[in-house]
Amino acid sequence: MSLALRLPTPARLGYSFNRVGRLGLAVILFWAVIAVIGPWIAPYPPGDMVDYDYFGPMSQQFWLGSDYLGRDILSRIIMGTRYTVGIALAAVILACAGGVILGMIAAVVGGWFDTLLSRFLDAFNGIPHLLFGLVVVAAVGSSIPVLILTLAAMYLPGSYRFARALAVNVNTMDFVTVARARGEGFGHIIGREILPNILGPVLADLGLRFVFIVLVLSGLSFLGLGVQPPNADWGALVRENIEGLSLGAPAVIFPSIAIASLTISVNLFIDNLPTRIRDRSE
Amino acid sequence: MDQPLVSVRDLKIGAKTDSGRDVEIIKGVSFDIAPGEILALIGESGSGKTTIALSLMGHTRPGCKIHAGHIRVGRRDVTAMSERQRAAMRGTEVSYVPQSAAAAFNPAKRIMDQVVEITAIHKLMPRPQAEAKARQLFRALALPDPDHIGSRYPHQVSGGQLQRLSAAMALIGDPALVIFDEPTTALDVTTQIEVLRAFKSVMDKGAMAGVYVSHDLAVVAQIADRIIVLKNGVVQEEGPTEQILHAPAHPYTRQLLDAFEPVPHVPEAQAGTREPILQVQNLCAGYGAIRDGVPAARILEDVSFRLERGRNLGVIGESGSGKSTLARAIAGILPAYRGNLLLDGKELAPSLSDRSKDELRRAQIVFQLADTALNPAQSIEAILARPLTFYHGMSGAARSKRVIELLDMVRLPGQLRHRLPSELSGGQKQRVNLARALAAEPDLILCDEITSALDTVVAAAILDLLKELQRELNLSYMFISHDLSTVEAICDEVLVMLKGRVVEALPAARMSTDATHPYSRLLIGSIPKLDTGWLKGLEQDPALLAQFAGR
Repeated sequence: MSLALRLPTPARLGYSFNRVGRLGLAVILFWAVIAVIGPWIAPYPPGDMVDYDYFGPMSQQFWLGSDYLGRDILSRIIMGTRYTVGIALAAVILACAGGVILGMIAAVVGGWFDTLLSRFLDAFNGIPHLLFGLVVVAAVGSSIPVLILTLAAMYLPGSYRFARALAVNVNTMDFVTVARARGEGFGHIIGREILPNILGPVLADLGLRFVFIVLVLSGLSFLGLGVQPPNADWGALVRENIEGLSLGAPAVIFPSIAIASLTISVNLFIDNLPTRIRDRSE
Repeated sequence: MDQPLVSVRDLKIGAKTDSGRDVEIIKGVSFDIAPGEILALIGESGSGKTTIALSLMGHTRPGCKIHAGHIRVGRRDVTAMSERQRAAMRGTEVSYVPQSAAAAFNPAKRIMDQVVEITAIHKLMPRPQAEAKARQLFRALALPDPDHIGSRYPHQVSGGQLQRLSAAMALIGDPALVIFDEPTTALDVTTQIEVLRAFKSVMDKGAMAGVYVSHDLAVVAQIADRIIVLKNGVVQEEGPTEQILHAPAHPYTRQLLDAFEPVPHVPEAQAGTREPILQVQNLCAGYGAIRDGVPAARILEDVSFRLERGRNLGVIGESGSGKSTLARAIAGILPAYRGNLLLDGKELAPSLSDRSKDELRRAQIVFQLADTALNPAQSIEAILARPLTFYHGMSGAARSKRVIELLDMVRLPGQLRHRLPSELSGGQKQRVNLARALAAEPDLILCDEITSALDTVVAAAILDLLKELQRELNLSYMFISHDLSTVEAICDEVLVMLKGRVVEALPAARMSTDATHPYSRLLIGSIPKLDTGWLKGLEQDPALLAQFAGR
């Protein structure tokens, strides 16, 4: 049979992206590669003051100008990629995975377990995000794992609510009843019957949450609770160079462009996921 | 009749699919409707009957477009009109009675406000006059308490009443043409009769022309003067009702008629006393919070029956009679709170979680809607492979081979296994649904209205398949349906259910003659027959009807 000889490319498996989705994916991959190879391609050490001028313009020597202390912006953006992409990605995956798993469990188990978990997470969600971050960082100090866990904890309740609402609907469908009548265990019902049918909206939610986390991370960094100097994530780069705006310095523009390019392309990618993942009702 | 009221010439309607391909839905249809005549459009789903009916109002569903042809209603050329002119015509010249009245009424507004809306939109008459006219229509449609029913909300009247109210809504603007889009399909048979009677008397009095869209020949036989048989957007046959029913010319029409009257089931000669595969004794089940061992809403009360191996049991009754609850209680999805279940002589635990894997394997349940019963995220192969792995521990090549065998058993090609459920037709999905139950190699299959959502021809094929499988695999079916002719076609015995109780058990072949309980007689007598005079000749005791209708 000729079918067996063909390579299983995404397009042949029915998972082809449209052009906009590919553009989004390309930008995400670009930043992911930068995050990995950053230390080798940065022209200057990110913490060193290499320019004699502050808020220097774009030049042959400093491609994207220099910051308020005369540090090279290009190097700082490249190094910041690690923090921004890494922390936000880890946090959003933790938050969504936890929220979705708990949400599905609550939807399937129902009863008092559902009520208890939902009310507890609602109460938790009532604490303002930045305040919660402040308290945690003040209590245990700022380090990257603490930041990731704090951000994940902030966004888990929302993700839980969203996934639970979707899972409750799928749980009442006949095919889930059939699986239950067959005698299937909990794991199969959650993993095989429910998860594939809520995956599309859950991934869209993940994209949105990723953007929020990037923004909250910048907020924490501005308060001095995020990534510690001399390192900086993109949000911190914008904040520390904000005075350069009136001087027309490129130092503030480029980190902003970096944030925008990442957040927009994440959403482009999520919104243009292959139809097979995104919308199964068609 | 000098000039027809409606004339449609060479109508072509097309749509663009999501992949940008153009498909033709209606391929050059022409017909006329004389004033005062009721024309029926008959065909299976996808035949274009609703699309044609809607086009008479100049309306097409989103994505569809009238490509060519002319539609004339009265003196107006619908196809040449602007959207604004068409809107002015709707409700006064042509009006529409939808399939689901429940979805057509706004639940937040009183019925009267919605019925007289057309007179307000078109500024036909002042409000008090419109209300008086509506009350007249309510009376003509034999609605109870016509003077005050308008002040109720839609959820405060029954389904049959709501359907008649939606007819009142359509008739208030004195249209020349009324389009009925499967108005009785969602109703119970006893309710269907009231609604059909009401429609017929109003249409006769008002001398209005009508278009009646339906897939049910027997219903159409009662109300239509002329029938058009459609398939895939092409007229197959057109003729007076009598001729279509008694002397069909086209093979497709004959196929439809044959499907309507399936071959009655011939029970196998009984070889001695057989052991019962399923015994149900004093079963009680219900929903809601359980207090003192009894749930808040009791549905099933004291249901007892026995089903012998290799034989089939039909369960009939109207919506809300507890038929599906019975299947769910037997399958253990809804644990019974009292009573005994014996599968092959062995006691079954009421709850799923207390039953062994083998007990679960031996009784399989098949649901009505294959759309929701198949996981849209899994391929057909994955759907069928799961019970094989789960019950029989199969894997790899043996399992793939068995999946193909199963598909073959339900007469589907093996290549279908790579597809997703959304890529199959309704009949194919129902076959896969059945194949999944067969994969477990059960002794008993609980069929919950499995043919109700299918077209007559497709449903007849599924019934034939069930019979064949029974011969090959020595299965027993419990067949739940509201459609008596289906039950007659496959079952040996029939239970008649009313409000959670079994009122009578009858042999299926002699259902109409042997029934003694008044409700069974009412139910069996309400099934429309393929005879134009059936509705007129039907005599029902109104007191009896009211008693069992529960209002």
